[in-house]
Formats: sequence, C-alpha cells, structure tokens
Amino acid sequence: MSGDFVNLLADLKEDEVLKLTKQRLDSGEDGLKILEDSRKGMEIVGKRFADGEYFLPELVYSGELLKQITEMVKPHITQAAETKRLGTVVIGTVAGDIHDIGLNIVDFMLDVNGFEVHNLGVDVAKEKFVDKVKETKAPIVGLSGFLTPAFDAMKETVEALEKAGLRDKIKVMIGGGQIDDEVKKYAKADAFGKDAMAAVALAKKWVGAK
Amino acid sequence: MAKEWAELTPAEKREERFKRWLSPQGVTFSSPKAEKGYKARVTRFIKAFQLKEPDRVPCILPASNFAAYYAGTDLRTVMYDYDKLSQAWLKFFHDFEDDLDTFIPPALVPPAKSLEAVDYQLYRWPGHGISGDTTSYQCAEAEYMKPDEYDALIRDPSDFWLRTYMPRVFGALKGFPQLPALTSFEEIAIQSFVPFGMPEVQDGFKALMEAGTESLKWLAAVGKVAGEASAAGMPGIMSGFAKAPFDTLGDTLRGTRGIMMDVFQRPDKVHEAMDKIAALAIDSAINAANASAAPIVMMPLHKGADGFMSDKQYATFYWPAFKRVIMALVDEGILPLLFAEGSYNTRFEYIKELPKGATAWWFDQTDMARAKKELGDRICIMGNVPTSLMMTGTPQEVKEHCRKLIEVCGKGGGYILSGGAQIDKGPAENMHAMMAAAKEYGVYKK
Repeated sequence: MSGDFVNLLADLKEDEVLKLTKQRLDSGEDGLKILEDSRKGMEIVGKRFADGEYFLPELVYSGELLKQITEMVKPHITQAAETKRLGTVVIGTVAGDIHDIGLNIVDFMLDVNGFEVHNLGVDVAKEKFVDKVKETKAPIVGLSGFLTPAFDAMKETVEALEKAGLRDKIKVMIGGGQIDDEVKKYAKADAFGKDAMAAVALAKKWVGAK
Repeated sequence: MAKEWAELTPAEKREERFKRWLSPQGVTFSSPKAEKGYKARVTRFIKAFQLKEPDRVPCILPASNFAAYYAGTDLRTVMYDYDKLSQAWLKFFHDFEDDLDTFIPPALVPPAKSLEAVDYQLYRWPGHGISGDTTSYQCAEAEYMKPDEYDALIRDPSDFWLRTYMPRVFGALKGFPQLPALTSFEEIAIQSFVPFGMPEVQDGFKALMEAGTESLKWLAAVGKVAGEASAAGMPGIMSGFAKAPFDTLGDTLRGTRGIMMDVFQRPDKVHEAMDKIAALAIDSAINAANASAAPIVMMPLHKGADGFMSDKQYATFYWPAFKRVIMALVDEGILPLLFAEGSYNTRFEYIKELPKGATAWWFDQTDMARAKKELGDRICIMGNVPTSLMMTGTPQEVKEHCRKLIEVCGKGGGYILSGGAQIDKGPAENMHAMMAAAKEYGVYKK
C-alpha cells in the first residue's frame, strides 16, 4: 500500500492518491507514516524534474497534492516528524526584485533533496539575510534575482554578510534570469548555478554530502 | 493597376509594408542628410530581416531605462517628471546619435501619476512597492483571475475585463463590479443608470479621467522625443507588442502557479480561453502596426522557454495558439519579432515550421552558433550580448564578445547585433564599444 501511495503521488494521480490517503487514515494508520511516504513521492518528483522528465507544471501540481495530503493528515498527528537533514540553506530573491518562479523551484529541489530551507521570499533586504543566517547558523545562502538590478543587490548582500562577520562561515550561491559567472565575480559570490539542479549539487558539495 | 491589399500574398504585403517604412507618412526630415540616414538605417534592418547582407550588421543598443541614469537622473524621477523624462532621453539620443541604428523613445516608461490615480496593483515601480533606487518596474504576479472564471472570460472578455479583472488590478475601480453588464443595457434605460450614480463607481470614473489627463501630458513629452528623433532620421523598429496567449493567461491572469495547475485540472478551458485571447492579440497587434511606420510587432516570450514545460506541453498548450498569432500577423505582412527570454534551445523544431524570412528571433541565452546553423536560412536572428558583460565588463571585453558574435552569426546576413536583454545602468563606453564592433567587424564586403 505504501509503495502504491508513493508512486501515485509521484505519478500525480490526484484522485487516487487522495482516496488512498483517506483509506489509510480511516484504517487508523499513523499519519507520520503517510507523510514519510509523501516525502518519498516528492523525492521521485524531484528526481524526474532533474532528469528532464518533469517540468514546472508537474512541480506545481505535486506541491498542491502534497498540500492537500498534509492538510488531511495533520489532524491525526500529535508529535512533529523528525527528519534528518543534510544541512540548512537560507534563500531569497534580493532587494529590488520581486520575481520568485526560479526561487521556488530551488526551494522545492533543495527540500526534496534533504535540505532544511528557509525561504525569505522576494525583495529581501540584505539585513534580513544577515539576521536569518545568524538565527539559523545556515552554512549556505542562495541569492536569487531575475533582473539586472539584482547584480548590485547581490553584491551589497554579500558585503553585508561580510560586514556582519559571517562571510568566512558561509558559502554563497547565486542564480536567476540575467545572472551568470560575470555576476558571480562582481558580487563576490562563491558560485553561480544555472538551474535548481546546480543549486542542489552545490549545496551537497558544500555540506560534504554525496 | 496595383492589386488590392487583400489579393496580395503575405510576402507581397510585407514588401509593401517595408516600402511604407522606408518612406514614412507624416515625417518631415530636418535635412536631406537626415532623410538619407533614415533610409540607410531602415534598409540595413530590412535586409537583415530578409536574410540578405546589408551594408553592415545592424545594431540595437541594449538600453532600456539607460537614458535616465546616463543623464544623471533615475527611473523614479522620470516616471513622475515628464520634462526630465524627455530631457534625459534627448540627451542620450544626441550624445549617441552617431552610434545608433535605431532609437526607442521613452514610450515604455509609464507615467507613474496615471498608475497612482487608478491605484495600479499589477506593477511595482521605484518608490511604489519596491525601493526608490530600483532601476526597473516589475509585474506583481498573482491570481487575478480565479479558476472558476474561465467561462466568464470566454463568454465575454470585455465584460470580464470591466467588471471582474479591472477592479482587481486597479484599486480605484473597486466599485465597477456594481456596473450593469453593458452587453445587456436596456432599450429604454430604466435601472441601467443607477449604478453610475453610486459614489464608489463615480470615483472609479474620476480616477480614470485623472489617469487620462496625466497620460496626455506624458504623451506630449514622449512625442517631443519621438518627433525630434524621427526628424533627425532615426527609425523605430517596433510598432507594438503582442504576447503568446499562454503567457497572457499565465503572466497576468492566472499567474504561474494557477496556469500550471490548469494544465492538469482544466485543460479544455485553457484552450478555449487561449482561442479568445489569440483573436484579441491579433486585432490589437495589427492595429498597432497599421498605425505606425515599422511593420514589426515585438512579442516577449515567457513560459514556453527551456525548462518551463516539456516538449509535449509546449506542443499541446503553448505553440498552437502562439503560432496562430504569429501566422495571422505574417499573413498581414507584419513581421513578428519574437523575444525569447531565457533560452529556447529545445524549441528549434517549432521555429522551423515558420515561413522563411517572415519572423525575427531575438535570443537571450540561446546557443547562437547552433541557432545560426539550424535556423539561419529561415529566420533573422538577434542577440545576445550578456547584460552582465554590458554592466560589469570593460569596453575591450564587450567589443571582443561582439566580434565573436558577428563572426558566428553575421555570415551571409540575417543577423542583428543586440543584447540578450537590456540594461538600465552601466558604463556608456560599453554601449559605444558595442556599436564600434558592428562598424568595425560587421561590414559586408561587396
């Protein structure tokens, strides 16, 4: 049953997977087990995205299914799930830029690949990055930006992290629309990633995971 | 006797429109030299579009709000102060005149006071939703159309805009849902005027009038710049905008999340809505092209880029309605200029379906060498000096990058040197270096 569930979610079978969720809850199964299976299903979605089999529509749709499943399961859970995470990443779209399509894909892919992600959203002031890094002690920061104003905002954010004495404790990756290796040099980031898969690979490398 | 317009083939119509572009109505050139310069520039572009060799590779400098910063002001200031807007663009124009093949007047810098008058929600601009020193205005994507509103849009787009969509994107029109459906206005108005008496509705109309008054002031400033540039012999190369129907739905109606869900949950509605939107896009683009000299309509492309959707999704949802818009324009002799944001490396087979010499493709991060090789005998290609290089590189690096692009893409004609996207701020020397490369390396030997 749990194998079916994982595949139904990964295959985006909305009606079937929701029906099965209800059946499992009705039969008194532990909600945490269902959430664990959901995580496995989402891992497969992430893998298919990385392999070029799934695209943005599938990511959005699977996210919606996960939301529905979680909402059904939530009332049946008393203790919080404990998942082992590879590491913590703070991400956000830099100040002056309100685009988040790419940011949310990176969020999704880091999450399904085992990272704890703190997504600060769009138009994030440099101080907010600094505060969040201090609070979470995240070793990795991901700066997103779609437009050219992001070049300066990224540079200023990296400088703010440096000024706060955090720069040598963290790795900074950047990406999005007009971002490339030139901007990496300009902003003094550690790496530029061209897509969400690159973000995952960089994060894994930096935490020493395989 | 000349053939009637309707009897002409699309290629003949295009030639006809090119001729009109070369001898534009209503333009008085300031000197014979200006007129000669105009014709030389337009000919340069036309030949590139026709996949022939011009005198040299034409160049479009990637300046979007660049003029504002070049003139020492900023976007926020010129969005509110139209005198400063025209001054900045004229300064840029005169300082760069010898280095321009085309020039875009500040018609894409919207009047902020009009936007404020209607409490515009769809965009953020410097000082209004984003920091005052931001160099661009940006679309605030959201679900402005709900999933159960497809039928309303499909049944009557005008009514949907007026009473559902506009009250959401214009805060000042929040009373408009109280308006009667104008499509069923009474023969003898008994109740129909009542909503127009409601204070909230009247406030909406007052806001629109204020936005209109403000827009006319702005238009005068833009017109001053446009008039001066065209008298000096500087052509524009775009007469209007259109979008792929999937992008219209996904960008400003349903939002990215909404449209991606709809692909799974209500695919038939998506298709029906795109049919409606395609027809509207076609009419509006043809009207825009008829109203100005350059027979070129720019289409910025978003959600069909590499990585956004699968080949099957592109073939099913994106391409058919998009191609219909392209072909309707091509059939009218208008040249669609497709601006493929991001990269389009996986979509070449679709581009190959389009008739030869009928479209131009402006690439942002697409592989230009491959595009030239696989598409160069079919479409004029444009692009793609990186914005990062233009903003952070040296003039030597810019010139060298342009030289390589020209060598790869310029062969045999059909290439326009341009940016991958546009920049707002950056060293003026890099702009000059780009044109210097076109002049030095882009000359075709006769």
